[in-house]
Amino acid sequence: MAKIKIQKKDIWIDMTPMSDVMTLLLCFFMLTSTFLTPEPVSVTAPNSVSELKIPEQDVLNILVTPEGRVYCGTENKNNMQAMLETMTDKFGVQLNANQIKHFREDAMVGAGMSQLANYLSLETDKMGEAIQKLGLPLDSINGGKSEFQEWVTAARDANPDIKLAIKCDSKTPYSAIKLLMSELQDMNENRFQLITNLDVKRLNN
Amino acid sequence: MAKKNLSKQKKMDTRVNFTPMVDMMMLLITFFMLCTTLAKPQAMQLTMPSNDKDINQLDDENKQVTKASHTITLYLGSNDKVWYVAGLPNYEDPSCVKPTSYGKDGIEKVLNEHTTEEGINPVAKIKLAKKELDAKKNEYGSKMTDEQYQEQLKKLKKGELPSGEKVPTMTVIIRPLNSATYENMVSALDEMLISNIDKYVIDNVDKMSQDDKDLIAKAGVK
Repeated sequence: MAKIKIQKKDIWIDMTPMSDVMTLLLCFFMLTSTFLTPEPVSVTAPNSVSELKIPEQDVLNILVTPEGRVYCGTENKNNMQAMLETMTDKFGVQLNANQIKHFREDAMVGAGMSQLANYLSLETDKMGEAIQKLGLPLDSINGGKSEFQEWVTAARDANPDIKLAIKCDSKTPYSAIKLLMSELQDMNENRFQLITNLDVKRLNN
Repeated sequence: MAKKNLSKQKKMDTRVNFTPMVDMMMLLITFFMLCTTLAKPQAMQLTMPSNDKDINQLDDENKQVTKASHTITLYLGSNDKVWYVAGLPNYEDPSCVKPTSYGKDGIEKVLNEHTTEEGINPVAKIKLAKKELDAKKNEYGSKMTDEQYQEQLKKLKKGELPSGEKVPTMTVIIRPLNSATYENMVSALDEMLISNIDKYVIDNVDKMSQDDKDLIAKAGVK
């Protein structure tokens, strides 16, 4: 009878090629991808054939949710801090060091000035939930600028080269975006970038 | 003694175990795949007219007059419906407001087949010329620079064809109703890009004349 000899075989697997492939994949992902920008509410942008790229710096992102809530923020933390200082001075809001620290951690502003202090006092994990129910007020204060317009003005003061990029959910009613755009037009901000996803199917047709 | 040691070293196995390294790589790749995005968002440039009254008055004096047959008005309604009026609306007859749809067989076709009073289809002509320009640019060994391309494209959008022929350009008025969605507005702007139309405006439906309001109400635009 034949004896089974398998037991003596060495089961060492050479992982070097696998490691090579992994390194390549890792390099590919590191070089081609960009980090997801944190947004208080996830928003699906509509498709378009426009191939214009948004600049990476000096952009004021304006986010509009399907319910018409408005958030804004820029990637430059120093500008954000300057904007906050302008706004708190104007509205007479006092913030302590902890609240300012929370503000710096947040990607976008979404609380009205009356709720800002309360919102920033919350625990970090509760802030994410709370901000979804807030949003910048668009109604004008005593016939003057609205809080949203004040934030845009503050951003313009902090960085004169800032460009406005509007990211709006595709299901947002037009009346909400009309209100937003007319507020921007009122303050002579007539050029915006509308953030969209590339519609490859239509482009190739 | 020394000789014995040397012979032992030669027999040593130099294979390195890469399994932990692969494990770590896997983790890193998973991290990058979950926390980053490959799709870079695109943007669409939109310039709105100023609300400033002083500038608007100045505009009134320098107003450019467009021929009626060079104009198309789009009404964007609810549930992704869209209507259009070619040329001036006939307020007596609501059937001048015709329904269409978004996309290739809808607005794009309407614009493409629109015939002006000169008896030509300017959008189709310009589109054809742009296709030729694109082909020339993408051709193997093409020496056309980006600036040259943009310059020629600008000329095309003004209606100056390379053959020397001058075609009129279309003006499109986009009127999204309050019941439309943002997606509808972007789709309409998209059609302008596809049809190479430079002269378009997003009009506020609340400010339009009573005649227009009556007309679209009669035509069932909502």
